[in-house]
Amino acid sequence: MKIDARHEKGVTILEPRGKITIGVGDVALRNAVAEALTAGASDILVNLEHVTTIDSSGIGELVSAYTTVTNRGGKLKLEKIPPKVSDILQITQLIQVFEIYDDEKEAVDSF
Amino acid sequence: MGSRFEDIELVQIVIAESLTRLRLDDDESEDIALAVREAVANAIKHGNRENPDKRVEVEVRLDGVEIEIRVTDEGRGFNPAGIRDPRETENLLRPDGRGILFMREFMDDIDYTFLDEGGTVVTLRKRLVSCSSEPTKEEEVE
Repeated sequence: MKIDARHEKGVTILEPRGKITIGVGDVALRNAVAEALTAGASDILVNLEHVTTIDSSGIGELVSAYTTVTNRGGKLKLEKIPPKVSDILQITQLIQVFEIYDDEKEAVDSF
Repeated sequence: MGSRFEDIELVQIVIAESLTRLRLDDDESEDIALAVREAVANAIKHGNRENPDKRVEVEVRLDGVEIEIRVTDEGRGFNPAGIRDPRETENLLRPDGRGILFMREFMDDIDYTFLDEGGTVVTLRKRLVSCSSEPTKEEEVE
């Protein structure tokens, strides 16, 4: 699991690659969000385009990240979710929690 | 296998190999692999409390039309009726509690057996819709 971070119009964009699963990617995602917040980020966009597998722990980390960022007055949104992740967000009904975008420019402009 | 999260990947390799031989479509294979991942993770985390000395056993049975996976831990068991629904509004933002939902959604059937000598067996079954071969196979990862 590798997570790249970049910035666009004040929005921190995190790009995890690979698996967000228990004991591996979930910790990496937690650390990446924590690092972004420590660096002063308040608006975070997570690009899930290159995520190959996500399990319930990975989904749990996304939820934790969402609540942490929201509780600090910021926003966390998702973009480019693969079909399987979309299925999982539907199943868990988290689709109603996260703002999700297909287009990055639109996502960035929405903050 | 021992109770280490990294060992889940070993199980995934064995499951993937079994499913490849069945020539299932990607979606069906992914559902099964994800359900097994959740069952093994629960066995390590909640069953064996991440004690690396405790074992998790995974058995895979294929009969050509159905796959059955049994995951056994050495834990004290739990009350399935006490599992909260993670889709309820008050649980929606909890970070945990979605593993059993994943298993239920991605498999046709799930049941639990609590062994007299201690340990829980989670049995997952799925009718294979896209299977294009008819192997009879039993594999085991210990």
